[in-house]
Amino acid sequence: MSSLLKLHPVSAVFGAFLCLNQSCTDSSAVEKITVTGSSTLAPLVADMAGLFEAKNPGIRIDVQAGGSSRGILDASSSLADIGMTSRNLKAGENGLTSHRIALDGIALIVHSQNPVSDLSHDQVISIFTGKTEFWNEGNDRKIVVVNKAEGRGTLEVFLKHFELDSADIDADLIVGENQQAIKTVSGNPLAIGYVSIGAAEYEAANGTPIRLLAVDGVTATSKTVAEGTYPISRPLLLVTKGHAVPAGLTGRFVEFCQSTAVHELIGSHLYVPVRE
Amino acid sequence: MSPSVNDRVAGAALGIAAWLCGGISLLILIWVGVEAIPALNNDPGISSLLGDAHWLPGSVREPQFGMLPILAGSVLVTIFSIIPATVAGVGCAVFQRFYAPKWMRTFLRRVLELLAGIPSVVIGFWGLVVLVPILQKWQPPGQSLAAAAIVLAIMILPTVALTASTALKNVSPGLFRAAAALGMGRARTILGVALPTARRGIAGGVILAAARAIGETMAVVMVCGNVAQWPGSIFDPIRPATATIALEMSYATAGHRSVLFALAFFLVLVVGAAVGWIAFRKPSTPHRR
Repeated sequence: MSSLLKLHPVSAVFGAFLCLNQSCTDSSAVEKITVTGSSTLAPLVADMAGLFEAKNPGIRIDVQAGGSSRGILDASSSLADIGMTSRNLKAGENGLTSHRIALDGIALIVHSQNPVSDLSHDQVISIFTGKTEFWNEGNDRKIVVVNKAEGRGTLEVFLKHFELDSADIDADLIVGENQQAIKTVSGNPLAIGYVSIGAAEYEAANGTPIRLLAVDGVTATSKTVAEGTYPISRPLLLVTKGHAVPAGLTGRFVEFCQSTAVHELIGSHLYVPVRE
Repeated sequence: MSPSVNDRVAGAALGIAAWLCGGISLLILIWVGVEAIPALNNDPGISSLLGDAHWLPGSVREPQFGMLPILAGSVLVTIFSIIPATVAGVGCAVFQRFYAPKWMRTFLRRVLELLAGIPSVVIGFWGLVVLVPILQKWQPPGQSLAAAAIVLAIMILPTVALTASTALKNVSPGLFRAAAALGMGRARTILGVALPTARRGIAGGVILAAARAIGETMAVVMVCGNVAQWPGSIFDPIRPATATIALEMSYATAGHRSVLFALAFFLVLVVGAAVGWIAFRKPSTPHRR
């Protein structure tokens, strides 16, 4: 018994040593690029990297999540070859080229029992700032405004589109992730919230009792986002240093992420591929 | 190798391990405190943390960092969960020790241990999809101080019940024989002898449970509504400190980030004070009346 117990740690250490050695020799032989940034984008880009690696043996692409701002910082300081960001570059973030790989629309959602199916730009503002308090004229169905927590990408896009400040929003409930927003709205017939369009479409198609609202008469679907007619969306970007498509492996990977070969993958992550 | 050498080696190794454990907690506290310094000092400064009316760290127009409603949220949700958990937990322990037949005693204990082992995110999810819709039909919007308190009470109930049960078990049999000799009935024995004798053990369990309640995050984020406000009633949404940190930390920069560390620092202090109180309170003399 005791000899068995002793064997385990020893073999584990030995194994780890072997792995270490192997990865050392490997990394000297392979070409490697590093991608960091947006945690929204990281799972998608990691899958793209996996596909790219499978097609190009001897290449390693290291994808790390850490937020859009870090992706931009790392790309401009050359800590990473490519940065990922789920928002447009801000003023002052210079010296970078952005490459759009997908779009993410933001849909307003209500419970499917709610008869409302279309809101105007001004009605949305009026509801979220607390000026419109009731769904009906009889004033007995009070609107429950579900807002996102400070700092969420969807909140920023929402505020920017409707030209609001976070202090203007009169929220009844605050949630974190898309899933929490969907669960909250699907459990409350009086609620209105907003989430990533892909996630909302997926849930609605799978029987979750939510409805995606049209805004100013434009229905909220991946299709209208791709066509550019649906107004509330954000780009999902890769950023690289310099003012041109970079040469070598980095450039090849960026081009691959923009090619039709990854459209299916983008769809499976519930985002909208960019169709030129 | 002589046993004394073995002893010394083992003693040294274990000593290092012990100091490491203590040192890590101290290091974390120092680190959190250091990170909180800018927020307490001038960015936005303690007067803003305690004086601002609202919590609007992301506002471009006028950021506000009023953390009092958030700290109140933490305290309120802890109080409102600890009261029902204590009543139910101690009741459960008394029943298990003094009334339940033997098979049920073991069964109850296993069930409580199982409840203690359910991950908080699972209880939170149950709260969101089962409890909240019920509350919402009755007292909208559903996500509220009440929902968070109920979910937390369920989570900490096993801690209270199991520690109370152990404390009752440790009451000296001699005391029960004496009570019986005095002709005391079962109810009288429980109220007059068992509970007073076991009160330190029970209180220790309650404090541990309270520390867990104030520190719990995942389950609370899902059901408390997360609006940073002074609740007007138990059915209004609240936002405890832990929920604030969980929701905002990964997106916070500079001053905002430091404010979250200040929140964490206050939280660690409160939990530390609670744990310290158990560890260092004077051992009371055995119950005499």
